[in-house]
Amino acid sequence: MEVELKVTPDRYLPHRYAGASGDFNPIHIDPVFAKQVGLPGNILHGLYSMAQVARACTEAAGSDPRSLRRLSVQFRGMGLPEEEITVTGTVTEEGDGRIVVEGEAEQGGRKIIKKARAELERR
Amino acid sequence: MSLDTSAKGKTYPPYEYEVGKEKIREYAQAVGEENPVYFDRDAAKAAGFRDIPAPPMFAVVYSAGSVGPAVLDPEVGIDFAMMVHGGQEFDWGEPVCSGDVITTTTSISDIREAGGMGFYEFESVSTNQDGREVVRAKWTNIVRGV
Repeated sequence: MEVELKVTPDRYLPHRYAGASGDFNPIHIDPVFAKQVGLPGNILHGLYSMAQVARACTEAAGSDPRSLRRLSVQFRGMGLPEEEITVTGTVTEEGDGRIVVEGEAEQGGRKIIKKARAELERR
Repeated sequence: MSLDTSAKGKTYPPYEYEVGKEKIREYAQAVGEENPVYFDRDAAKAAGFRDIPAPPMFAVVYSAGSVGPAVLDPEVGIDFAMMVHGGQEFDWGEPVCSGDVITTTTSISDIREAGGMGFYEFESVSTNQDGREVVRAKWTNIVRGV
């Protein structure tokens, strides 16, 4: 099993994710504010990027949401809208229907999530 | 200056969240989920769910009302201009479905200083209306220049 997912969040994705998640921190939705605090522009929510890792792992294991038992990540750098995200992962342990995947997410060669570790159950 | 760790161990009152089908749809669309179980009740039931299930990462939606006030608590004293979300862990239990009532309790599991940065760890535990654990999470926020 190989984990790979590519997704390009559009310009207004952070606004939709803000509404869906309830996190309206202006660094995610207001490019002017974001630049004032030293960011390149409004940045993706880290938990949106983590959700792409969760989706990549779950889909690789057959798409059943019950298969994802555990996920941990470290956030690094900043994810940006309108740039392709690539999630990759490899199986590091497998046995008794249980799979461990370790991976990361990057944009343009910059890591935005590292040390992702998912535990999945085959269903 | 040393980091104020006095809020370590503090626990916040439980927060209740009722899960709805349309909120699951909104969240699932925002994160790009395509599995029909998140959108179609018949597909969900055919897959063995009580009702439309929430994607695992929907945990952020029902936990936010509990974790948010803990992160914002003036007694914890986080400098938000210097804060980044450093890491996140979720450990899932029973699936969450539309109609469930999820109660989340948050506590501060650790505050420590390392390399001139403050590490604030919040732990949240969410249970459903039957008292079964649905997720246990650890939220790590890092504050530069403490």
